[in-house]
Amino acid sequence: MLWAKNLLFGSVVLGGAIALGANLMPPPEPKITRHDAQVYREPDFRATVRRVDTAFERQWADDKLNVAEPADDLLVARRLSLGLMGTVPSLEEIRQFESLPPDERLPWWIEHILQDGRCHDYLAERLARSYVGTEDGPFLLYRRRRFTTWLADEVAHNRPYDATVRELIAGRGLWTDNPATNFVSVTAQPEMGNKPDPVRLAGRVTRAFLGLRIDCAQCHNHPFASWKQDDFESLSAFFGQTHLGFAGIQDGPGEYQVDDKKREIMRTVAPKAPFSEELMPKDGTRRQQLAAWVTHPKNPYFARATVNRIWAFLAGQPLQAPVDNLEPEGASGGDALHPAIGLLADDFVAHGFDLRRLIRIIASTRVFRLASASDRDVTEAEERAWAIFPLTRLRPEQVAGGLLQSSSIRTIDADTHLAWRLLRAQQLNDFVKRYGDSGEDEFDGRGGTIPQRLLLMNGDLIREKIKESPFNATSRIAIQAPNETKTLEVAYLGVLSRRPTPAERAHFEPFLADKALPRSQRMEDLFWSLLNSTEFSWNH
Amino acid sequence: MEPLNRRQFAATATLAGATWLTPLGHMLARAAEKKPNRQATAQSVIILWMQGGPSQLETFDPHPGTNIAGGSKAIDTKLKGVQLGEGFGRLAEQMEYISLVRSVVSKEGDHERGTTTIKSGYRPDPTVVYPSIGAIAAHELPVAGCDIPRHVSILSSQWPARGGFLGDGFDAFRTDDPAGPVPDTQSFLPKSRDTDRLQHLDVVESAFAKGRSRRVESTLHKETVADARKMMSSEQLKAFDVSKEPAAVKKLYGDTPFGRGCLAARRLIEVGVRCVEVTLAGWDTHANNHAFTASQLKILDPAFAALIQDLRERKLLDKTLVLCAGEFGRTPRINPVGGRDHWPSGFTVALAGGGIRGGQVIGETDPEGKAEPKDPVQVGDLHATILKSLGIDFEKVSQTPIGRTVKFAEGEPIEKLLAAK
Repeated sequence: MLWAKNLLFGSVVLGGAIALGANLMPPPEPKITRHDAQVYREPDFRATVRRVDTAFERQWADDKLNVAEPADDLLVARRLSLGLMGTVPSLEEIRQFESLPPDERLPWWIEHILQDGRCHDYLAERLARSYVGTEDGPFLLYRRRRFTTWLADEVAHNRPYDATVRELIAGRGLWTDNPATNFVSVTAQPEMGNKPDPVRLAGRVTRAFLGLRIDCAQCHNHPFASWKQDDFESLSAFFGQTHLGFAGIQDGPGEYQVDDKKREIMRTVAPKAPFSEELMPKDGTRRQQLAAWVTHPKNPYFARATVNRIWAFLAGQPLQAPVDNLEPEGASGGDALHPAIGLLADDFVAHGFDLRRLIRIIASTRVFRLASASDRDVTEAEERAWAIFPLTRLRPEQVAGGLLQSSSIRTIDADTHLAWRLLRAQQLNDFVKRYGDSGEDEFDGRGGTIPQRLLLMNGDLIREKIKESPFNATSRIAIQAPNETKTLEVAYLGVLSRRPTPAERAHFEPFLADKALPRSQRMEDLFWSLLNSTEFSWNH
Repeated sequence: MEPLNRRQFAATATLAGATWLTPLGHMLARAAEKKPNRQATAQSVIILWMQGGPSQLETFDPHPGTNIAGGSKAIDTKLKGVQLGEGFGRLAEQMEYISLVRSVVSKEGDHERGTTTIKSGYRPDPTVVYPSIGAIAAHELPVAGCDIPRHVSILSSQWPARGGFLGDGFDAFRTDDPAGPVPDTQSFLPKSRDTDRLQHLDVVESAFAKGRSRRVESTLHKETVADARKMMSSEQLKAFDVSKEPAAVKKLYGDTPFGRGCLAARRLIEVGVRCVEVTLAGWDTHANNHAFTASQLKILDPAFAALIQDLRERKLLDKTLVLCAGEFGRTPRINPVGGRDHWPSGFTVALAGGGIRGGQVIGETDPEGKAEPKDPVQVGDLHATILKSLGIDFEKVSQTPIGRTVKFAEGEPIEKLLAAK
């Protein structure tokens, strides 16, 4: 068997050499992913973008607000990358981006992202948080990973969003076979024979899909909002016949009963929509009826809630905050909403709940492409009216994703070697755990914490990623860049997706040229400073 | 109906078109906000967190000789008529300082949901994260001159204590076995490069602040960096390091990560930390309950007993509330593999020290494991008791990010447990 061992040894050595070579060689000239910019030129597409722009411009003019200049294309690309993939553009991608004629760059970038597995996975995770939260759920009855993989597949195939949501609400079967049913099984109550909880389900449905907080009426009638306790109970009743058994999530007999503490009886509640009852179909299981009603093109809340959430993914903040409350106190029928929500929602419904089209439209609006800096003093009114792009603290996985990507020259994506991706996933998880997962509180604009700063200043991951190593950008830039100017430029592009300002050049170029420190340490210090800046940890 | 706070009262008055009532409303609402009581003595809390849900029957609430005991034994304690599970030999000696609530009832039988419930006093709610006891203590009782986080979680579990709507800044600072260094607090650079890096950072910061000055200031990034650096160089950081403690003291607490955690907890409250949570995981005894529980007790008993004794000898027990709790108890029935399953309807938490009258036993569980416990105590009552012991107005109303008003604790303090001054 000696020959076999020799063969094995030989192939290990050879494999290692190839892998090392592949990593040390300059990357091959990147292929440009193909894209079709035609959709961006369709009159119908342009008309919607125009309508949304006009809605904002009218408000800016009425309130006599100063409007920021357009942002640099690369910074818009960074926003899109963070919002849709949870990371920053790679140096490789930036090179591709800049090789295109200026007016083709962003359309190419949007299409490039929409085809990328990272985008499908990331959107799936963000959406999953609004559907099922981040909890581990009941043991054996809930498979979160299956659920997000299924969602990623829905996103990858750009399945009409209403169909996805109907499957979530009304899907039947085992959570392993039909992963959509995890939406229901996550609420299984072990102490009640694993019966799914109608109250939690109704709460999720109204928040995640309708952008309404009818569940606040669960315990009490709200003094201002129009929802009553009865509304929420009758909505929960749609899940009164949902059971969990050997065949998974099924619909069966039974009536929804609530414990009426005042009258000390169990009261039976019949299912009933809280509004627009005429949209409710007569046939189907109760869950199918509810699913059809929620996603009905004439139910305005579904499209508005989706638009507001996708906007928030892209821009870091929802148009209407909080993201799951489109009916603020005292308002009704969407009067108080930003007109852009209605315009985008109409387009979303008219085009068959096409998520990609929605993303393309939002990314093409003037407001999404405004700069976040201005030469004038910016007033709070201007910020509120989106006359300047908002600063938003990045989520933990975005910071980790940015850190991992910017320490590598090549794009870490589906084409990357599996071991590398697994390592990335592991490092990302460890970092996020330490940084503090913000869970479902998606867009609350909180400030940073001391442990987060400590992690970015002294943590294992940052040390690992900026030290001298043939796999790290620090070393590879130092080897490949012809001079200090180029070195600095490439470092800035990789970490902050921009070029250094003259003041920054004046500071860093002499530092990089000063041989008092070994070159690797100069590179480390440069990267450390860039990664610890406010700019790196905030969307802008 | 939730209580209206001042702001909501004003909003109601305005909406009603009765603006002239607003000043009156403010006055009434202010009068309704209770003054903090003067009864309390505790200044800090140590929470011994029993992750997994310990069996009350083999720990704080034995029923020896009954069917539900399943053969587990009990021992007598310093407290007449009160028994503990047989592995609690050393804690039994300290029982005059400890009180037991044997009738805690919760509605959550899942680890994550149960943990959130016991730590925050509220059941999980998708609209809001409720702050845990430690976060409320750190928020309500500021400490001058404390450069290290005032809320610490040692051997932090999967679900450490959260700051919730009080802010991420009140999340517990997580650290591992005190035998190792505090994570991320050491810069691995020589001093000169450290200073240089800060200058570089300033250059990058100024470039970004251009055209965004007010908004960049409001991120408080600069301040957070400064606070983090202050912590890195703080003498108080040494409180985490138990290695310099006398060997005898270390032995008293037990040579285990949990024992060292309890010792570090004492050191931390001495430098001004408000709340330390020390986690002992491994109580999820679905199989082989008796054996697993016995080995857990070998860790818990010396550490808990030593902590009480040490605090007392240092005259710190009156100022420190010690709580020992898990997310739920375990079933009276023993399952076919000798385990006990989750049981949120009647389990024990132990309290001692500051503000708590020792040697009390509240509630009683059914020796047959069928009836509900006598004198049931809701999780909210427990929180009200603890906050009151800390001199915190447990009924203080906060506005959550979505504009709902909530009290720090929804419950009533257990008067029998509160020490008179």
